[in-house]
Order: sequence, then C-alpha cells, then structure tokens
Amino acid sequence: MTLLRIQNLNLSADSGKPILRDVSLTLEHGQILALIGASGSGKTTLALTALGHMRPGVRHVSGQVLFQGQDLLRMSRRALARLRGRKLAYIAQSAAVSFNPRIRLDRQVTESSRIHHTMSPDAAHARAREVYRTLDLPTGEAFYNRFPHEVSGGQLQRFMIAMGLHEMPEILVCDEPTSALDATTQVEVLKALDTGIRASGTAAILVGHDIAQVVQVATHILVMRNGEVVERGTVEQILHHPQHPYTQRLLEMHRGFDAGSGTMADTAAAATTAAAVSPSDRTDRPPLLEVRDLAVCYGTGGFAVKALSGASLTLNGGEMMAVVGESGSGKSTMARAIAGLVQPSQGDVLVNGRLMERDVLKRPLPMRRAVQITFQSADTSLNRHHTVGRILGQVLTFFGERSKERRAERIRELLEQVHLPADYVDRKPSQMSGGEKQRVNLARSLAARPDVLICDEITSALDNIVAASVLDLINELKRELNIGILFISHDLSAVAAMSDKIMVLRNGEVVEQGPTAQVLGAPRHPYTRLLRSSVAEMRLGWLEEASALHRSLRDELGA
Amino acid sequence: MIRFIVKRLAAGFVLLLVISLLIFVGCEMLPGDVAQIMLGQSASPENVAALRAELGLDQPAPVRYLAWLWGIFQGDWGVSMTSRQPVSVMLSERLSNTLTLAGLTTLVSVPLALLIGMVLAVHKGTRLDRVGTIVIVGLCATPEFLVATLGVLVFSIHLRWLPAISYVTPGSGVLTLIKSMLLPLATMTIIVTAQLARMTRAVVGNILTQPYVETARLKGAGSVRVITVHALRNAIGPLINIIAMNVAYLISGVVIVETIFAFPGLARLMADSVQARDLPVVQACAMIFSAAYIGLIMVADIVAKLFDSRKESGASS
Repeated sequence: MTLLRIQNLNLSADSGKPILRDVSLTLEHGQILALIGASGSGKTTLALTALGHMRPGVRHVSGQVLFQGQDLLRMSRRALARLRGRKLAYIAQSAAVSFNPRIRLDRQVTESSRIHHTMSPDAAHARAREVYRTLDLPTGEAFYNRFPHEVSGGQLQRFMIAMGLHEMPEILVCDEPTSALDATTQVEVLKALDTGIRASGTAAILVGHDIAQVVQVATHILVMRNGEVVERGTVEQILHHPQHPYTQRLLEMHRGFDAGSGTMADTAAAATTAAAVSPSDRTDRPPLLEVRDLAVCYGTGGFAVKALSGASLTLNGGEMMAVVGESGSGKSTMARAIAGLVQPSQGDVLVNGRLMERDVLKRPLPMRRAVQITFQSADTSLNRHHTVGRILGQVLTFFGERSKERRAERIRELLEQVHLPADYVDRKPSQMSGGEKQRVNLARSLAARPDVLICDEITSALDNIVAASVLDLINELKRELNIGILFISHDLSAVAAMSDKIMVLRNGEVVEQGPTAQVLGAPRHPYTRLLRSSVAEMRLGWLEEASALHRSLRDELGA
Repeated sequence: MIRFIVKRLAAGFVLLLVISLLIFVGCEMLPGDVAQIMLGQSASPENVAALRAELGLDQPAPVRYLAWLWGIFQGDWGVSMTSRQPVSVMLSERLSNTLTLAGLTTLVSVPLALLIGMVLAVHKGTRLDRVGTIVIVGLCATPEFLVATLGVLVFSIHLRWLPAISYVTPGSGVLTLIKSMLLPLATMTIIVTAQLARMTRAVVGNILTQPYVETARLKGAGSVRVITVHALRNAIGPLINIIAMNVAYLISGVVIVETIFAFPGLARLMADSVQARDLPVVQACAMIFSAAYIGLIMVADIVAKLFDSRKESGASS
C-alpha cells in the first residue's frame, strides 16, 4: 500500500485566498521527497498536512491526505494524536524556538515514548543514545541533559532530528531543517540528517530553501509555485532534464555561482590581472574609505567582550567589498562602528581622507551623508504608516533639500535607480512585496547621496530569485554611482560572484582579506576553506566530500 | 541563587528607605496642622503652640524624620495624635483583620482564576472563550462598590442571610466571624478573580502560540499535557508577578470595600487618619503597604527565578 497519498488537495486562507491548488502526490516507503519553491509557494503548508496539521488561518477546501489509506484531515483529534510523534514525526525549521526552553533536551527527545507508552523508560533512554551517536552529537549524560540554551545551534538542530527519529516513524516531515543555521553548520547538520534518515529507513518529506542542499538528501523532487505543483520527478530527472522554465531558472541561479567560483584556473588568472591593474590605478588621492585598526568592545571592565579586534580595510569608489563570517563573527559590529552607531574602543574611520567622528550624533551633516547603512529587515526599517514618497522625502529634507519640486524630482530619480515604477511613490510598505520593500530601503540610503553604502545582510530575508535581483541592482548602482559598497553577509555564495574584495571574519578577528578571486581561488586560512566548502554545489555526492573536508578543517581549526 | 536573594533583599531595603523619605515628605506637604485641627478653629495661638511643642512638631523636619526612622527600627511607630494610643497597638489589630481577608481571598481566587484563565486560553476563539471573556472583562470593568452594594442589596436586605456590616469584634465565634466576612470576601474574590483570569488567559494564550507548543502537539501531546508539562512552567514567571501585584492590592487598595462594609482593616484606618491629620498612623500604614508591595514582588521574582532554567547555577548540571 502507498504510504502517503495526497489527492487533489485544495486549501485556502480564512480570507478565501487559495494556498494550495489541486495538489496531488504520493510517497512510498524509503522515498525522500523534497518540496522546493519560493516562500509563499505553499511548500510548508503542504508538508504539514502530512501530519494532519493545519496552522491557524488555513482551511481545508477539498481533497484528501491518505496515510496508509486513512484520511488524516477527517480523523478525530485523538486518533491523530496517536499517530503523531509515533508514525508521523516532525522536525521544525528553527530548533531555537521549537524546543521548550525550560525542559532538559533529553526529556524532550524521549517525550513521545512517554506520551504513547511505546517504550519503557530504559528502552527510550537507550534508543535516544543510539540516535545521538548516529547524529554525531558529543557524548555524555551531562551533555544530553542540558537545556536548549546551553548547546550550539547546530547541536540543537541535531537534537531536533533525534527527537523526530526517536520513535522510528513511518514518515518524517522536515521543515527547512538547516535554513536557520550558519553556512558552515548547515553542511554538518545536513549530513547528520542524511545519516539519520538512512539509518532508520524512514520515508521523509523535506522542505528546502536551497535546491543544491536538498538534492544531496532527496530521492524525489516536487517544485512548487503559488500553491501549485510545477514539476515533479526523481532527483536525476529534475537535475539533468528540467522541463518547466521555472525549474530551469531555479537551477540556473546555482549553476551561475558554481561557474563563477568553481573554476580555479579562471579565478587565479583574474587575480593576477587584478593585481597587475591596481598599481597603475593608484594615485595620490586617498581611498574612499579607510578603516585603521578598528576594535569594538561590548560591556565594561572585567565583563568586556571583544566583538571586533583590529580590523583594517580600504575601499575605493566603484568597488564592492564582501564581509563574510558566521553570526557572532563581528561583521555587523564592524558595519555599525563604521556608521558611527557603536563606539569603537580604538581605531579610525576615514572617508576621502577625512577622519570621521566616532559617534554619528557628533558627525556634522556632510559627514553623516557620506556613510549610509541599509539594514536586513525592510519591515522594521521603513515606517509602515508612511508612503514611499514620504519615507524618501524625509531623508531629502533632513539633508537640506527645501524645494518641494526638487524633492519630487529626486524621488522619481531614486525610484528609477532601484527599478521601481514611478507610481510607487504613493504606496505604503504593506502594498509591496519583500523584494520591493528592500529596494525602497536601498533608495532611502541612496537618497543621501552617500560615498560609502553599507549593506547589512540585505538579501538574507529574501528568496533566492529575489535576492539575486537585488544583488544585480547593487552591482549596477556601484558602477553607475561610483560608490564604495561594503556588503555584509553570512552567505558566501551570495556575494562571491560580484564582490571585488573580500574580508573573512571569525570571532571578531580578520582571518583573511584580499581580492575576491585570490581569496576564494586559493584560500590560505582553513576557516576560509571551511566557508568556501560550505556553499552547496549542484551535483550528487557533494555532501559526502564537503562533510569529509569539514571534519579535517575543523580539526585543523581546533574547534 | 543565594547571591541573587541577598542582592534582592538589599535592594528592597534601600528602596524602602527611599520610600520612607517620600512618605515623610509627602506628609509634611499635607495641608492643615494637626494641633489646629485637634483644638478647633477657636483655639488661641498660645494653646496651639503649646500642643505643637508637646507633640514634637516644633522640631525641624530632618530631626523628626530621623527620630521616626529610628523608632521604626526599634518597633516603635510613635503615638497616635488623636487617640493617644501607641500606633503599633492600633496597627496590630487592623493588620490581622486585613491579612485574614486578603489571605482568604487569595486562597479562593488564585486557583479559581488560574483554572478559568487556562481553560479559556486552551479554547481560544471558541464560543466558550468568547462568552467567558465577555463576562470576565465585564467584571473587571465593574467598580467594586457596585458589586459590594449589589451584594448587600441581595443577601443582606432582600434575603437577610448575611449582615450588611462586617464589624469584627474580638472574641466572637467562628461562625459569626465567617458570616460577617463572607460579603467582603465574595466581593473581593469576584474582582480579583476576574482580573487574574484575564491576565492568565493572555499569558497562557500567548505561550500556546509558541512554536515549541506546536512541536509538542505534533509529538502527539494532548491539551492537558501541553498545559501541565509545556505551558505552565513557562507561564509561572509572568503569572507569579501578576499574582503578587493582586495580593498587594488586596492588602492596601481595598479601602472602598472596607468602607462599604465598615470592615476594620488597614486601608480604612489610613483613610480615616488622613482625614484626622494623624500623621504617625498615616506614615505607619503607608510604610506597611510599601513593604507589602516590595516584599511580595521580591518573593515573586525569587520564585520566578527558581523556575527559570537559565539561572547561572543551572549550567550543565
């Protein structure tokens, strides 16, 4: 009998807007089905129906979700509860919020066996330890009995996987199990998930944000868009013979990066030409942005934590420098210190050879104008009650544009620069998509006519395709406006192809910096190699190689 | 943990000292002179001056403040200016009445409110929740004097089951005592239960929307398990603080209920003393109320900390 059969499923929001349209799929024993699509494509909603679960605000219109012949959507709550955790298990997207903060991890992992009385406490204890070992978690009772906040993000996600596998379920539903983690950790957790699923022989539904990652684990792929199935097939079929244009676009975005940084010969050649060109370029003019030995401490006295120590860089007009590192590496701290939002404990920031005041409030207007910062979340950066015209107009007024006509003129120009239609001037943030809001957010920074634009993770909250278009825009602005761009990102693949220089930060220290082609073409520091090897490549077998490489690099780093 | 408690105790003590100063200054600023009020409008200036000297009111304010503070440390709250009784004697009688009433109300209303709040939170959005919430919000918005007056109207005047005035005399029988306290107890229970249930519903309801509750449900946990195992231990921190605030209110803020039922409690003593400009009594009451607030919130903080796995000592144990 087919393990799971979803037939002509239609779901809608409370408002009546369709979320899933006529979706059908089957899942057999041993299959691992990946659901791929942009956010809002309905992939998570679809995956959760396999648990008989619909989040508040979702309504069942028609269709069936048959697990071993029983319709989960028509089952009583009690009957459904008997299946969940036992036959149907769930791995949440963010382990950090999906574990109860007040209960020890081991108790939460083994809870299903107490709910369903499937195992004796001793058996549950032994089973949990068996899974922990499979997932390569550190050993020791004290470790297993920690609270969620006492282990790292990658370890927590592995406990989440252990919880899902504990009862040896028939179907494991994984909702973007790696997307909340740092790039280097993603590889290791993905490997653990792969090992765990294979060891227990469960069928799985894997919701993925990174197509290159999910193909490493999945056997079948379902591509979704706007609540509809666009294409389906085995991994080989989708990877090598994609039929639908949308699937082809999804795949191309990754191929683009692989071609850009994958061929070492090209990048090495580029590095030498870049090195050859730069001396002739050199004039007596000071660099656009110069940072000397910048350090930032949080806290005072004995409690001071060094968030950044001794970072130096130079950036010229028309150049883009990528600053990469995982969360806590100090990259955002550096951005904020350059912008004057946090006080450095030492070091200088010079723009066009002029020393900047450390505190943005002490910077006179022209100095403030020179450095602008765009933040990750357009939703919190933009006042949602104001129109685009008002948001941009305020910046212009602040920097001394008194004439109403000239402001309107400049706003039109700004919207054109970020490729938004002129009539968006009357829109409010709620009437725009995520990508459009981020463009307005950029226009807000550009309104000041900055010399240096700092982009702090501005594409992290966007879908791949939208993020790519925003990156293209940044690249274009860099050339057209001849400004210097400091692009902060935790995602190496996002910036590698288009930055001129790169700085790699780890634990507040600069481990490596230089021309991008040189640093990524022949990384000297093991940590750079680790980051480099964490970018998923669109070919089968990558995960094996990457996780083996990771293990040796981690040893080399001594962490 | 012990360090935390000691720190909180020290902070509470300093806070009380600051409050004692504020209370003293506040009383200084009260218009009217106790000697003048005691002797009436027709008293001669000499007589007023003599009484002021006798009461110690001719001393400079800082001296009187320090003397008052020193007295408190020794258990001497001063002498009432109107009744000439030691303040401590007046307080002890009233305090025990107030504590009895507050304690009984707490015993009834806290479990009741927690139960109602949690049941409504679990059934959020259903008809039960909507009706329950309307009733609770309605009761929260009802002034206590209306509840009290309706109670008197129905049970004392109409049915004649209970006395309208709960004047407690020392030495009366247990049954009389219970009977006389029943109406104020019921009034305060209704008000406090409604408030607490509303807050509990909000706190628990918020926790039930957390992703870890969804995780628990997807492990097959039923509502009872979700509440008892997962939600409650996360709700204790906020709930215990809300409970502490309500108990503090029961001790200090029930002047209206006490007045309506002529219940000899602390709050009424304070209100009466303010009218009579009997400053030692006013100051003593104010100090006790402040101490009750600070003490209860401190206990709440400590209990919340005990249940918080993120306390420093909890690491890797």
